Amino acid sequence: MGELRLMKGNEVIAEAAIRAGVDGYFGYPITPQSEVMETLMIRKPWEETGMVVLQAESEVASINMVYGGASCGKKVMTSSSSPGYSLMQEGISYLAGAELPCVVVNVSRGGPGLGTIQPSQADYLQVTKGGGHGDYHVIALAPNSVQEMNDFVALAFDLAFKYRIPAVILSDGAIGQMMEKVELSDFVPRRTEEQIRKECGDWCTLGSNRHNVVTSLELDSTIMEERNVKLLKKYEEISKNEVRYEEYMTEDAEYLFVAFGSCSRICKKSIEMAREKGIKVGLFRPITLFPFPTQQLKVLGQKMKGIMSVEMNVGQMVDDVRLAVECKVPVEFKGRYGGIIPSPDEVLQALEEKLVRK
Amino acid sequence: MTEEIIIAGFGGQGVLSMGKIIAYSGIMQDYEVCWMPSYGPEMRGGTANVTVIVSDKAISSPILHQFDTAIVLNQPSMDKFEAQVKPGGVLLYDPNGITKPPTRKDIKVYKIDATEIAAKMGNVKIFNMIVLGAYLKVRPVVSLENVMKGLAKSIPARHHNLLPLNEEAIKIGGDNIIEVK
Repeated sequence: MGELRLMKGNEVIAEAAIRAGVDGYFGYPITPQSEVMETLMIRKPWEETGMVVLQAESEVASINMVYGGASCGKKVMTSSSSPGYSLMQEGISYLAGAELPCVVVNVSRGGPGLGTIQPSQADYLQVTKGGGHGDYHVIALAPNSVQEMNDFVALAFDLAFKYRIPAVILSDGAIGQMMEKVELSDFVPRRTEEQIRKECGDWCTLGSNRHNVVTSLELDSTIMEERNVKLLKKYEEISKNEVRYEEYMTEDAEYLFVAFGSCSRICKKSIEMAREKGIKVGLFRPITLFPFPTQQLKVLGQKMKGIMSVEMNVGQMVDDVRLAVECKVPVEFKGRYGGIIPSPDEVLQALEEKLVRK
Repeated sequence: MTEEIIIAGFGGQGVLSMGKIIAYSGIMQDYEVCWMPSYGPEMRGGTANVTVIVSDKAISSPILHQFDTAIVLNQPSMDKFEAQVKPGGVLLYDPNGITKPPTRKDIKVYKIDATEIAAKMGNVKIFNMIVLGAYLKVRPVVSLENVMKGLAKSIPARHHNLLPLNEEAIKIGGDNIIEVK
C-alpha cells in the first residue's frame, strides 16, 4: 500500500506529477487551481528528481513551452482553469496536429468570460469537441475524487505517449479544493536520455543525426488530408481501446443518472436518498469523456424507463447521452450554472418531477 | 457510521483548520474522510465554512444540503445553517456575537462559550480547539487519542510544543459545554 495522506485535489496533481517522473511543468496561476504550482514550488522537485517547474508569463507561453518539451520526447504538463484553458487552445491544436504527447489539467470554473472562481463543468464541449481549430481530439479523463486526481496523472501520461496525443484531466474547483484521503503512487524515476531515445527516437528531436521534423504545418493539402486520415484512425483506435466508465447500483435500476466528475458524487448521494423512498435509480459515470462510452451507455441506457443527465452547466453532455441511447429512452437534464453546485436533494427532486412521476 | 458536519464562522476563527483536524483524526481511526471548504471572495474577512464528512463507508457527495452536526460561530452562519441540521441532529454554537439564538425544537442545541474561555486562558488562538473539545464531548466520532495524532499531522512540526496546550483546550471545551433546553 502506498503512502496515505490527507490532501487537496490540486496538491495531489503536483505530488503525482513528481512521482510519475515528469520532466517539466509550465504554468500560470489561476484560481481554483493555483495550489498545483504552489505545491510544486514548495516541494522543489528540481532538487529531488531534476524536474523543471516554471511559472511562465501567460497560459499561451506555458502551452508553447509544453510543445517544446514534448517535441524532445519529455514528459511535460501544464495546468489551468477555464479562462486559462481557453488561452491554451491554439497550442493544444498545434500539439494535436504535431502528434505530441502531453498532459493538461483543467480545474474548471464557471463562465463564460472571466466568470466566477466557483466549480463548473461548462468546459465539457470545449474539451471533448475540440476547443481549438481543426479536426482533432484530446483524450479527456474526468476524476471524481482526490484519489483519482492522483491516479489519472500517471494514466494520462501513459495514454498520451501510447497514442502521441494531448491528454486532458478535466476536473473542477470542487475536486481541486477538497481534501480526501489519498494513497499516493510510488515514485517512478524520470526517464534517462537513453530511454527517451529508445522509446521516442523515431519521432522526437534528440539532437542526433536522425532528421525528425516536429510540425503541424503541411502546405500540400493532399498530404494534409492523409494526416487527417491518420489522426482519424488514431481516434478510432482510442475509442475502441480506451473507454473507461463506472456503473453504480445499476443491476436493478429503472432510472439512470448520467454524470461525470463531482456531479457523479452528488448523484450517488441522491441515489442513497432515492432508494430509501423505493425509487430504483443507478448511476452511469463516464470516466473518459473522450472517448465517450457510447456503446456501454447504449446497452445499459436502453433498459431504463428514463435517464437524467446531471451536469454543472446548461446541458453540454446531455446530447451525447441522447445519441448513445439513440433517443429510444426519455433523456432529461438537470443542471446548475455559473459556479453553483447542485445539492443531492434537488437532483432527486428533478428526477422525481421529470421522470418518476410522469 | 457517517457523520456529516458543517463548521461555519468568520475567516480567521480557525474554522478550516478545525475541519482539517477532524478529517485527519478520522484517517487515524481508519475512516474515510472528506473536507470541502467554501473558497473565494467570501473568505476575505467574511464568513468561512467547511463541510467535513467522516464515515466507515465510501463517501458519496462532498456537497450536502443537510448535516448531522452544525458548528456555528457567528450570526450569519446561524441564519444560514440552523435550518440545515437534520431532525435529531446537533447544533453547537458560541453565544459570543449571536443575536438570534436558535429556535428549533427538533434538534439538540448546545453552546460553548469558547471566546470567553480562550480569553481567560490568555490565548485566543486555541478558540477552535475549545469548540472542537465541546463537539467531541457530544459527538465522540473520533477518540481523543486519534485527535491528538491527527493534530500532530495537521500542524507543522515546529509548533508541536503547543500540542499539550491544544489537548488541554480540547478537554476544557468538553468540560464547559452546556445543553440548551
